[in-house]
Amino acid sequence: MTTKIKGSMLVLGSGIFTGIIAVLLVYFGNPANMGLCIACFLRDGAGALGFHRAEPVQYMRPEIIGIVLGAFLAAFLKKDLKARGGSAPFARFLTGVFVMIGALVFLGCPLRMVLRLAGGDLGALLGLAGFAAGVFAGSLFLKQGFSFKRNYSLQKNEAFWFPALMVLFLVFLFVKPAFLFFSKTGPGSMHAPILIALAAGLMVGAAAQRSRLCLAGGIRDAAIFRDPHLLYGFLGIFGGALILNLVFGYFKPGFSGQPVAHTDGLWNFLGMSLVGLGSVFLGGCPLRQLILSAEGNVDSVVTIMGMGAGAALAHNFGLASSAAGTTANGKLAVICGLIFVFIIGFLNTKKPAA
Amino acid sequence: MEAYKVDARGRSCPEPVVMTQKAIKSAAIYIEVTVDNTVARDNVCRFAENYGYKTESREDGEDIVLSLKK
Repeated sequence: MTTKIKGSMLVLGSGIFTGIIAVLLVYFGNPANMGLCIACFLRDGAGALGFHRAEPVQYMRPEIIGIVLGAFLAAFLKKDLKARGGSAPFARFLTGVFVMIGALVFLGCPLRMVLRLAGGDLGALLGLAGFAAGVFAGSLFLKQGFSFKRNYSLQKNEAFWFPALMVLFLVFLFVKPAFLFFSKTGPGSMHAPILIALAAGLMVGAAAQRSRLCLAGGIRDAAIFRDPHLLYGFLGIFGGALILNLVFGYFKPGFSGQPVAHTDGLWNFLGMSLVGLGSVFLGGCPLRQLILSAEGNVDSVVTIMGMGAGAALAHNFGLASSAAGTTANGKLAVICGLIFVFIIGFLNTKKPAA
Repeated sequence: MEAYKVDARGRSCPEPVVMTQKAIKSAAIYIEVTVDNTVARDNVCRFAENYGYKTESREDGEDIVLSLKK
């Protein structure tokens, strides 16, 4: 009983901590309501590497590097680091592609969705409703026996390549080689100082690794098991960010004029439905995928690569929304994504005997 | 007493718990769940304890074997 309460306190505490850090990052220069956003920041990274050429959203975000390295160190010290993979890697890659597209039509991953809500962005309420609907649909598949099947133990060195890549990106960030792209205007140009962002990432990564913080897991476990454990993390992020937003005067309730957001409710809903459903199949939200990647789960690394590819496609094909609104291509891509993810769901669900 | 055996090694969240839930629904009073990471261990134990099971875990090489008893 006591370990149960301790676990719930840990996830609540790391949620509050993450919410506070996110608002502090806005204070130090990140875009409003975007102190942390796994989808946006992976997209910025894909842009920095030149995989897409959307000039306002190109930056090698130190937060991503920090989260991975922080989670890696925490996992290493606590002996959670373990190379494993082989559970439907390509289906995960493609699901990652569509999760990213859904997130970029909404304009945020589940983490940023909560941060938007905590900043008073009421348009994100429709995103939340869509996300909950997607997670709920995914939970029904799980109850019916959905599985990507098991992963397997891999060579030990497999666990080190993803964190090593982040170290390389960190070197890039300081050296700024000419082949990288850094936004001069737009959200990509708005960022906290490198060392602050890196430190923030390291702390959030370590906290999320220890607490298993997951934005999709809260609603999922409440739906399947009536277990609110991970919901505390969700609420913690909201509460922590809300309080600090009120203190800093960042809280501005309303639908229109919200930073890096649009008011197209239907597509906020459907974009986040796609993210919710995909996240349940993947075994966690984009933040959780990043943490699992740092712990040596290379299926999650493949998922992150899929998300990077999805970000590149989203900007190259004009799928991503902007403050000006959604795009026709983006809507079509979300519909395709929902159809694809449902097919994935049906093909991987075997009704259990008895 | 023969244990109801569940092999949840290598499964993504929350499959180990879904598999345990199925075992609990079959009214098994002794369930043995094999997992291979501490997240699955903690999740399965938390779930089983909510259903009134006493939980014990022991390491078996790379794996963790959880005994859930009513």
